[in-house]
Amino acid sequence: MALRLTRRLLTVQGRRPPAVVRSPGLPRRSSTFTYVPDTAPAQLGTAKRMNLCQALTSAMDISLEKDPTAVVFGEDVAFGGVFRCTVGLKDKYGKDRVFNTPLCEQGIVGFAIGMAMAGATPIAEIQFADYIFPAFDQIVNEAAKYRYRAGNLFDSGGLTIRAPCGAVGHGALYHSQSPEAYFAHTPGLKVVIPRGPFQAKGLLLSCIRDENPCIFFEPKILYRSAVEEVPTGDYTIPLSEAEVVVEGSDATLVGWGTQLHVLRDVVNMAQEKLQVSCELIDLRTILPWDVDLVAKSVTKTGRLLIAHEAPLTGGFAAEIASTIQTECFLNLEAPIQRVCGYDTPFPHILEPFYMPDKWRCFEAVKKLVNY
Amino acid sequence: MATRGVLLCSRVLKWRLFVQKAHCTFLSTRIDQQQKPSYSADDKPLFPGSRSKYTEKLEFIQPTSYEGIPVYRVLDRKGNIIDPNHDPKLSKEAILKMYKDMTLLNTMDRILYESQRQGRISFYMTNYGEEGTQIGSAAGLNPNDLILGQYREAGILLYRGFPIESFMNQCYGNCMDIGKGRQMPVHYGSAEHRFVTISSPLATQMPQASGAAYAYKRAENGLCVVCYFGEGAASEGDAHAAFNFAAVLDCPVIFFCRNNGYAISTPTQDQYRGDGIAIRGPSYGIDTIRVDGNDVFAVYNATKAARQICISQCKPILIEAMTYRIGHHSTSDDSSAYRSIDEVNYWDKENHPISRLRSYMIIQKLWSEDDEKTWMKESRKKILEAFGKAEKQKKPKPTELFYDVYKEMPKHLEKQMNEMKRHATEYKDVYQLNNYEQF
Repeated sequence: MALRLTRRLLTVQGRRPPAVVRSPGLPRRSSTFTYVPDTAPAQLGTAKRMNLCQALTSAMDISLEKDPTAVVFGEDVAFGGVFRCTVGLKDKYGKDRVFNTPLCEQGIVGFAIGMAMAGATPIAEIQFADYIFPAFDQIVNEAAKYRYRAGNLFDSGGLTIRAPCGAVGHGALYHSQSPEAYFAHTPGLKVVIPRGPFQAKGLLLSCIRDENPCIFFEPKILYRSAVEEVPTGDYTIPLSEAEVVVEGSDATLVGWGTQLHVLRDVVNMAQEKLQVSCELIDLRTILPWDVDLVAKSVTKTGRLLIAHEAPLTGGFAAEIASTIQTECFLNLEAPIQRVCGYDTPFPHILEPFYMPDKWRCFEAVKKLVNY
Repeated sequence: MATRGVLLCSRVLKWRLFVQKAHCTFLSTRIDQQQKPSYSADDKPLFPGSRSKYTEKLEFIQPTSYEGIPVYRVLDRKGNIIDPNHDPKLSKEAILKMYKDMTLLNTMDRILYESQRQGRISFYMTNYGEEGTQIGSAAGLNPNDLILGQYREAGILLYRGFPIESFMNQCYGNCMDIGKGRQMPVHYGSAEHRFVTISSPLATQMPQASGAAYAYKRAENGLCVVCYFGEGAASEGDAHAAFNFAAVLDCPVIFFCRNNGYAISTPTQDQYRGDGIAIRGPSYGIDTIRVDGNDVFAVYNATKAARQICISQCKPILIEAMTYRIGHHSTSDDSSAYRSIDEVNYWDKENHPISRLRSYMIIQKLWSEDDEKTWMKESRKKILEAFGKAEKQKKPKPTELFYDVYKEMPKHLEKQMNEMKRHATEYKDVYQLNNYEQF
């Protein structure tokens, strides 16, 4: 708060405020994608307009209501969270169930693992995915391996970790990362990334109830900008099932999170400018991923493009490309294209050149059809 | 608070104090309003971050000017109770059980260490010298208190009734191992005995213990969690996280440090500069005690008292049990490379937890030389029988490799499992499939 006051005062004095990195709600550069709202199925009952934060709050509210052992904790969650995803939960459920922890990611995750092992349902928040690394040992060496190493005598299945991820326009190295690939390499974990509010609520509820440790990455740029009708009741969306968002016949485009919306624009550009019909797939669960659905699509189209913000080398597109190359070798009409962040740390001022934007993806579609 | 903040900020700017500067500066003489220093006897700092008085003396706290935290003991080295008020007055059965479990552990250690040397099992860690910390603390707890150990706590499992066969089966990784042969020897676990499966990374169990205790608190089950760790593991970041979380979140957990003088070859003077681990407790706001780990009654008393505080006041406790690791770190270690035989002999001969209890028992006429001879024969026979059985068992079926990664087996693992089955069947002589349970 002192920092915010200082900024205001310094502005008054005629000086540009210094970059205040941990303050959400700063004006960002205009999006290079259009968000197209999802439609919630009517059979899920009453729906309400919600943004991504509110959909997540709703999911946690339902969990806390129905599961008396569920708790939500992390840095700053008690007052509502730096991204306002836990607003109202402490007042409703009490401070023994919705609470702040000291500033220590390895502690947050270690504590959560212990709670899960003791039979509770911990929902642990890491403030930014960029800060998940101190907890890497606990996640990879402990949570992921708990059941296996104990011969199923103990497990950490009740654990869910939530973390905001992805580019936001000005986040630079430490407020923009997409670390899914590090965790995809760890058997025993589930890794899930939603593309919008309706998906997020259902997927988060699935993660919370799934009896395996789950990491739920939330594209932070969509927190406020993604708004759609979201059912107010309890519903889940299955894990490890990808979804065909747009049907097509000439090329398969695979992405997740924010990138889905970038690729949706690419589908339109390809149709208009190249008369190419693209099939758009949202992977939704990174680990274990839906090989069969993607393979079925590529068998049909013969062309595959995968796009993600995370760097190219060792990124999850590499895993998809390698597996699909094995499954669909004879059906491929062109080499598989990957459009990803470059192999650099996430830049600040040069972010527009780093991102796998719709123009880079469009060029990749051209390469696929012109091969 | 907002008004005070704005006032403070504007005054600061007026006095040209740049908030962005890393260093504090004294107020400049271009102050418009001279502030007359005002103080009185009730002038207390109002900082949200600490509770203290003001001082006008410029003094640094010197850690060495404080005496070390004293070591609580009940028995002297010859087995006499020093202060009868601290005699736990345990029944004869309880004392005999403690003695028999310590010696049984010792015998099992000797046989399993040898078996590694003979190539029968791949690895082993002994508990020599630390039988007192393990049995003494186990006796002071409720059998349902949850134990999260490091790797040198087999005595607790033994005390709680984990069968000798089960220790052996785990070390052999055979088809009878309740851990399904997934881990190296001594990585025991038993849900029935409330002993969480051991994992190799050090100190990872510590913040988990804080979390488990928090869950126990919410469940109102009247139990506590007990977390064992060595003085070396206490250097890990996870230890700091564990203490802080337990204190801030009021977790009913006992942190039990086995300070045995060495972390493999690293002696304590290369591990920390402060007064051991005990001194850290108060800095986190945790009630702390240091105890003679080789005095089984002192360990018992301290653990029992700690448990009482933990449960009734719902807060963490730190116990630092001072002891000595008489054996090597493991079968992969030869400690003569970094310490003298004389040093080891001193602890073995002059200050061993088993000898001290035996001396007490002999003085109290609870035990004789004949009892000792009979029991040594009996316990050795018991261990060797279990050992023989475990050795004959087959290994688990190879498909066990793919289970328990997730609760349910995902498609991609099923595919990999079938691939492995086909391959191993085709090359069954190479993989000696007849040593394993059938698929």
